[in-house]
Amino acid sequence: MRVAERRPLPLRIRTDGIAPIVALLVVLLILVAFVQPDFLAPSSLMSFLGRSAPIILLAAGQYFVIVCGEFDLSVGSLVTAQVVVAARLIDSDPSHTWPVVALLLVGGALVGLVNGLVTTVLRVPSFITTLGMFLILVGAVYLWSDGAPKGGLSEEFRRFGRRAIEDVPLLGRIPYALLVLVVVAAIAVVLTRSDFGRTLVAVGDNPRTAELSGVRVARTKTIAFMLSGLAAAVAAILLGGYSGVSFQAGVGLEFGAITAVVLGGVALGGGRGSVVGAMLGALTLETLFALMNFTGVSGALRSTVQGVIILLAVAVSSLRSSSSR
Amino acid sequence: MADPQPAPLLALRGIGKSFLGVRVLDGVDLDVAPGEVHAVVGENGAGKSTLMKIVSGGYSPDEGTVEFAGQPRVFHGPRDAQRAGVGIIHQEFNLLPERTVAENVYLGHEPVRRGLVDRREMLDRTRRLLASIGETALPADSRVGQLGVAQQQVVEIAKALALDARLLIMDEPTAALADQEVELLYGLVRRLQERGIGLLYVSHRLTEVFDLSSRITVLKDGRRVTTVDTARTNTDELVRHMVGRELSNYYPQRADPADRGPVRLTVRGGGNRKLRGVDLELRAGEVLGVGGLQGSGRSALARALFGVAPFTTGDVELDGEPVRLRSPRAAMRAGIAYVTEDRKGEGIVARQSVLDNALLASRAVFAARSGRAARTARVRELLDAVEVRAAGDDQEIRFLSGGNQQKVVLARWLALTPRILLFDEPTRGIDVGAKSAIHDLVRRLATDGAAVLMISSELPELLGMSDRIVVLRDGRIAGELPAGATEEDVVALAVGAVREAAA
Repeated sequence: MRVAERRPLPLRIRTDGIAPIVALLVVLLILVAFVQPDFLAPSSLMSFLGRSAPIILLAAGQYFVIVCGEFDLSVGSLVTAQVVVAARLIDSDPSHTWPVVALLLVGGALVGLVNGLVTTVLRVPSFITTLGMFLILVGAVYLWSDGAPKGGLSEEFRRFGRRAIEDVPLLGRIPYALLVLVVVAAIAVVLTRSDFGRTLVAVGDNPRTAELSGVRVARTKTIAFMLSGLAAAVAAILLGGYSGVSFQAGVGLEFGAITAVVLGGVALGGGRGSVVGAMLGALTLETLFALMNFTGVSGALRSTVQGVIILLAVAVSSLRSSSSR
Repeated sequence: MADPQPAPLLALRGIGKSFLGVRVLDGVDLDVAPGEVHAVVGENGAGKSTLMKIVSGGYSPDEGTVEFAGQPRVFHGPRDAQRAGVGIIHQEFNLLPERTVAENVYLGHEPVRRGLVDRREMLDRTRRLLASIGETALPADSRVGQLGVAQQQVVEIAKALALDARLLIMDEPTAALADQEVELLYGLVRRLQERGIGLLYVSHRLTEVFDLSSRITVLKDGRRVTTVDTARTNTDELVRHMVGRELSNYYPQRADPADRGPVRLTVRGGGNRKLRGVDLELRAGEVLGVGGLQGSGRSALARALFGVAPFTTGDVELDGEPVRLRSPRAAMRAGIAYVTEDRKGEGIVARQSVLDNALLASRAVFAARSGRAARTARVRELLDAVEVRAAGDDQEIRFLSGGNQQKVVLARWLALTPRILLFDEPTRGIDVGAKSAIHDLVRRLATDGAAVLMISSELPELLGMSDRIVVLRDGRIAGELPAGATEEDVVALAVGAVREAAA
């Protein structure tokens, strides 16, 4: 057979559509630099990244679910449940730390498994499935703890969320949360480039085609939910350490994660977007909140701002995709 | 030719329409007199649907005029046409199953009293309307979802009449009906005629066309071939008008019967919801063409073999061994590939790259078998071999032409080295150049020893490519034809004309 003439690839960096979010982040950082120059000092920046690690992790987990065309609204209450459960099981005993960490990871994956199976096997729309799971977890955790969190986290457990490697040259300090984030982010990026990751996006783009090409659509989506649950477990470990045990630990995180993912250029409904974009979206959102804080805008506006962002981001992306057809 | 009719209700003159530069209608004339049933026939893609959409306001014509009730009209959308008195009964009904008959009939123009819907008046009017077309047995207050298909069709008709339709378009009205229901429809059509309503009757089924119509217009490739008085023609002549075109395209040379290999795939008594008693043999090295009308079960056959909607009865053997093809994965493992008819909906993942599209199946099914790098290299080779033209492997497939998209889909399947390939309309919506490239590829696959089953609505393609042809009708195999059969042979089998016995 003859070899077709195919034009050589023009030399360019594969950005996967993250350019807009990078630009937005840079603009926000410049604004921050004017309002609060201290913020950009290395050690303060490192602390900020450590604080932002949980929402960035959740955004990475949410990415897998959204890119295959589903939603996971259960992560916020899953984080709360995990923090409360961890406190009670560890009960301030350091020797319980690692078994409980393992248990949280397994628990997160299990919640994801249930979300996935209910969505794919029982064909309940994931919006409803995970909303149900959200409510179930809220109720269950109240019931289990008789209305007030019991026990306490060990110092070993809290270390991940609140401690840092201090006195690092140049950077000042490196929070453990940031190290965890880097490892998880690397795993997430490798996953999205794997066969699984590429297939997952194809499922979100066109499940019919995927099915007819031999993809096990239900299994693929279920794994995505499990990844989101795992990410929530890691986020819970960091958040429990950082802000302590309360029923408020994970409140609103699901919407934060979804906002971040959408802001990062991932299409709701699936089929397009990168996990790096989703994580940058979360970082951008946190930077925006920091900026609001510095300029004295009421923290009460957070959810309003998230709402506006979600609407704008989706409107922009659907306008863009309809004009390119 | 047609007799001059007194003052036609509808007069189309020189109607032309193009989509994206493709001419789908060209200079079509057509008249319908009040109380006349005028049938429109033609192959798939002859332009019937487009013409009906122009009459009912769905499209506006690029050329020509539509005259309705003596006035030149330009309909701005279906509602405009309805208000003017043109009703259309689609194959797929447009009813609200949870509402009553009366509510459906008067949907959007309910009789109102003191600002509220006057339910009693609505029921009364519906009953009178149904009675006027002889449908007294249909209760006006029953839920539409509980009615059978035939009764739902009556509701659709009543809906059009409630808007004072003077012209009714019926698009394949019997497609969904059982035999005894067809009789009832005949009665209804006659009563509509008596009321002076003109009917445009689109159907593949020539029996009905002969039973009901007074004139028949034959469309082919967007042109009107002829309009004949039903009384002065017969099935043979009509079929000749429908297909009579020249076989001028080039097709690759057929397989020498001696080169055909052993039987790869055998189906005995295969049946499911859409197929009955299918017996089939597919040999290595041959292209088996599958003909038939839309809805005759052609795609259902491919889907049964690929495990999408498996056979529920009968046996399938692969190389003499019984197999159960219960899912696409199972079929793929057995060495079967399926290129679907609906490329956009089922063939490509539009926003993914050329490479991701080409790798989709091998990633999903045989991921563990070969290394990533080797797999990618092989797919790149295949993309070259099928001569995909794209800006690069990472270009989103939706920006490629239909022909190049199809080549990518083909590369996806060739990566699995299938031994049986099922093609459903492989060249639909593809430009001429890419078309013959795909024809060459299909033939080369057969020459290299694959068993190929190819469904096509395009008769020249079916005849030009196939070593044998089976024709389906109503979910059964109506007959088999050897290479060298004519278009008339295929159409006669497909529409169930008299020549069936000879096949």
